[in-house]
Amino acid sequence: MNSAANPPHLVRTGALAAALKVLQRDLRLAVRRPSQLLQPLAFFAVVSLLFPLGYTPELDKLRAIAPGVLWVGALLASMLALDSLFREDAADGTLEQFLICGQPLVGLVAAKTLAHWLLTGLPLTLMAPLLGIALGVPVAAMPGILSSLALGSVTLSLIGAVGAGLTLGVRRGGVLLSLLTLPLAVPVLVFGARATELAIAGESLTGPLYLLAALAVLGATLAPLAAAAAVRIGVE
Amino acid sequence: MPELSVKNLLVFRGERHLFRGLALAVPAQRCLQITGVNGAGKTTLLRVLAGLLEPEHLELRWRERAISPRDAGYHGELAYLGHDAALKADLTGLENIRFAVGLRSTLGPAALAAAIARVGAQKFADRLVRTLSAGQKRRIALASLLLSGSSLWLLDEPATNLDAAGQALIGELIGEQLARGGTVIAATHQDLGLAATARIALELGSGT
Repeated sequence: MNSAANPPHLVRTGALAAALKVLQRDLRLAVRRPSQLLQPLAFFAVVSLLFPLGYTPELDKLRAIAPGVLWVGALLASMLALDSLFREDAADGTLEQFLICGQPLVGLVAAKTLAHWLLTGLPLTLMAPLLGIALGVPVAAMPGILSSLALGSVTLSLIGAVGAGLTLGVRRGGVLLSLLTLPLAVPVLVFGARATELAIAGESLTGPLYLLAALAVLGATLAPLAAAAAVRIGVE
Repeated sequence: MPELSVKNLLVFRGERHLFRGLALAVPAQRCLQITGVNGAGKTTLLRVLAGLLEPEHLELRWRERAISPRDAGYHGELAYLGHDAALKADLTGLENIRFAVGLRSTLGPAALAAAIARVGAQKFADRLVRTLSAGQKRRIALASLLLSGSSLWLLDEPATNLDAAGQALIGELIGEQLARGGTVIAATHQDLGLAATARIALELGSGT
């Protein structure tokens, strides 16, 4: 009986190693399907670049609305990829295997969320300065924009993971997902846009930056637990 | 001494009882073969035993120890092969197996090659799963099952989409699992070709 339970080749994978495998697999899948990676970026670029065309080409006026444009654009773009966060894995039975592989589900869900941030939040953050230039943002403000978006997008991915888990059982849950997550994303939007505004004005943005960091820490501690619980219910 | 025993299983589906006081016991080295008409609850029973579906009530004992079906130690010894084989279309068969098995335990190249050969997947294991036929995908999933090293197999219609040789393979794999000291619960109408002493039949929808 024990020979079946513990064959010689069987060495159990640690929880962290299992989470890393999930992260690695999600990144590999994204590389094989680059269109999913590029869609949010293209959306963000198009939305931001429509403002100089639709509003005014005057850089002074654009600079005044740049924080709002960049943050709303980044928020909506990061929502685009959220719906597929758990849906595919639910459809092909992978989530079921996550539940019964003997590893803590929280770690696997956190790894998937990290992959989502690396594939959407991080590229969006890196692209924001380029779009900022088109909106008349001075180069001196770029470090502030990068740091605030990096922190804010982490929180957006974490909130999104909870929403994506909760809407797993809903067919075509995309709209419901937006309704669930957008209100929760308001604090991130407020402090993020404020930080960007201060950065453009050349003032100190430590205040809103600390608040964004606090939100990210709060999200990182609570959201994976909530998302794992939501996924567990969603798979039933 | 049963390896796995279930008592007083109570499951509601919608308004009606699907199971009311179902009890079963499976000793080690035995295969419980579940049959029953469509909708009798074969898949539901397997999902409850795998801890994927919360029953209203269940007394589950694994190796003489009362456990919850969501016990991590129990999950570590259990493999579930459902209708969806958890294969990613954009990964190759080998990548899928390495991921599925790697979540549970470390996998050596020799063991991997042996399992691929055992399920007859040498020719297509390195192709993207999206290019494989349904039966070939099943064989990849069977390789993951073999490599999981689990002592309890829960199989839901394992022979779906398989050719005649593949269906015979299922029976052989189950036989080998029993010979290793493992336990199998399979929902299938197919003749598994097991010795009469190794097989326990359970027909659902008949007074359970």
